[in-house]
Amino acid sequence: MGFFNKQKKFEQEVMENGMQYSSFYGDSFKRLKKNKMAMFCSAILVALVFIAIFAPLIAPYDPTFQDYTAVLAEPSLAHPFGTDEYGRDILSRIIYGSRVSISIGIVAQIVASVVGVTLGSLAGYYGGAVDNVISRIMEIFQAFPDLIFAMAIMTFMGKGVLNLFIALGLLTWVRTARMIRGSVMQLKEKEYIEASRACGASTYWIIMKGLIPNCLSTIIVLVTLGIPNAIMYEASLSFLGIGIQPPTPSWGNMISAAQTFISYRPVYSITPGIAIMITVIAFNIFGDGLRDALDPKLKT
Amino acid sequence: MLSYTVKRLAQTIFVLVGISLITFVLLQVVPGDPVALMLEKRADPETIAKVRAELGLDLPYHIQYINFLKNAVRLDFGTSYFTKEVVSDALIRCFKVTLKLACMSFVFAAAVGIPCGIFSAIKRGKGIDTVVMVLAIVGVSAPAFWVAIILQIIFGLKLDILPISGFDGISSYILPSAALGARYAGSMARITRTSMLEVMGQDYIRTARAKGSGKWAITMKHALKNAMIPIVTLVGTDFGYMLTGSMLIEKVFSIPGIGKLAVDAMSNRDLPLLEGTVMYIAFIFVIVNLIVDLSYAFLDPRIRYGKGAA
Repeated sequence: MGFFNKQKKFEQEVMENGMQYSSFYGDSFKRLKKNKMAMFCSAILVALVFIAIFAPLIAPYDPTFQDYTAVLAEPSLAHPFGTDEYGRDILSRIIYGSRVSISIGIVAQIVASVVGVTLGSLAGYYGGAVDNVISRIMEIFQAFPDLIFAMAIMTFMGKGVLNLFIALGLLTWVRTARMIRGSVMQLKEKEYIEASRACGASTYWIIMKGLIPNCLSTIIVLVTLGIPNAIMYEASLSFLGIGIQPPTPSWGNMISAAQTFISYRPVYSITPGIAIMITVIAFNIFGDGLRDALDPKLKT
Repeated sequence: MLSYTVKRLAQTIFVLVGISLITFVLLQVVPGDPVALMLEKRADPETIAKVRAELGLDLPYHIQYINFLKNAVRLDFGTSYFTKEVVSDALIRCFKVTLKLACMSFVFAAAVGIPCGIFSAIKRGKGIDTVVMVLAIVGVSAPAFWVAIILQIIFGLKLDILPISGFDGISSYILPSAALGARYAGSMARITRTSMLEVMGQDYIRTARAKGSGKWAITMKHALKNAMIPIVTLVGTDFGYMLTGSMLIEKVFSIPGIGKLAVDAMSNRDLPLLEGTVMYIAFIFVIVNLIVDLSYAFLDPRIRYGKGAA
């Protein structure tokens, strides 16, 4: 009964408004818009990106400007979150810290996606020995405890932003590769791929034009949900002193520095953590919403 | 079950060899000569060459790797450059501390997370459900080291009832365990709730309700028992993470565990100690996961048949 009612309603709509065409992404966006929580979080994310890009205009002070007349000052109108042990404004450092966190999250996910999509689609498309080798490599990477792995890479290759990108990318590519491998394995049996193979398309063409565009929604979801992970790892590594090095402000190294002063100025250690938490929650909820909107069947 | 066990064991050995290979390669690319570092600056080139030969560092890479593997199997990683302590002794000493911490965090996470998840599932949609789920999201999304510092501020400094560092005596265990366990309590609450809700929608729960069983009996006897499988898997993997991911908490509370050992080894570039801790932590993690997988297959026959057939 439900089906017939729907059919009737659809026919009626077509008669009234004419046939409405809508694309896959258009439909998904409509679904996403209905999810209020996800839309709220996307607004937070837009604000965060805005803050990160326009940090020099928003921040009241230079994040490295040291005011020795106001060392570890209390929160006041001039310094809403107080100042740190060098008299630097904490609010300004948190604002600049968003640049580090967000850019590292995004770049690490680009690294992870490039590696993951390449290896995942090769494994899924070729199967057999190629799949076997790539799957075993994935198993090894997944078996390494994550934090110690990132720590080891950072120590062995040296501290630096570039190495941080590589370490965080290497931590998260396996999940992408696994998902893409699964999707490609399913998709390559479809008729349209058979058709392009029959027409003499090259393997490269089939993977790039036939398979990867169809995995795009999966990739988008994985990237969105991977960014908060990378942000968390960056904060942890910086907290341990092997991530972003001071005086460049990062939320992790700020908490690390603040640890010495928890009894005297607790607000110094609390505020950067709240920034991390808001960012991570916003990315996670928005990512979940995206997943539900793009592909309700996809569960990671 | 046997063929699954054998297959899983073979895979574990393969993974361990892979991990040792990655560790070995990483050790080769460390900038700076480890021997020069070990002997400090005053050594002349002749002494350096002599020590290199003694340590077998002048051999070809594949022989070096085999020696490295042989030593790793015997848990012989040499002695620390800095403290001169035998690495395997340091590992065992620190592992005991971390094991204690992980066990207590585990108890904390399970004792808080699972009941909260059950409660939340029963009171679905009510205010208390929202509160628990918001707390769970906060627990999962807040960095553990930050939670640790917040706990130190509240319970150690403002209320002044618990010590904020060290690891001797019951009272000093509470804050570190809560800080390490908070995140896992959050994820356990979420998975318990999801799993319970899924089970409570099943027909046999309706049947139990129809035959007039009490609400408590339905929840505990019928629903919880069947909802346990995903919870058990998650809980096992979480234990592996707690054992191997405690370095942040150990740093905040200055607990002399394996994580602190690893962090110290890294900041001092103490290669034998570093090699030892990395291999050891990876080994523990892999073994815990192996045990979890095997027990999971034992609990749920669908797993071993599914994988065995493939």
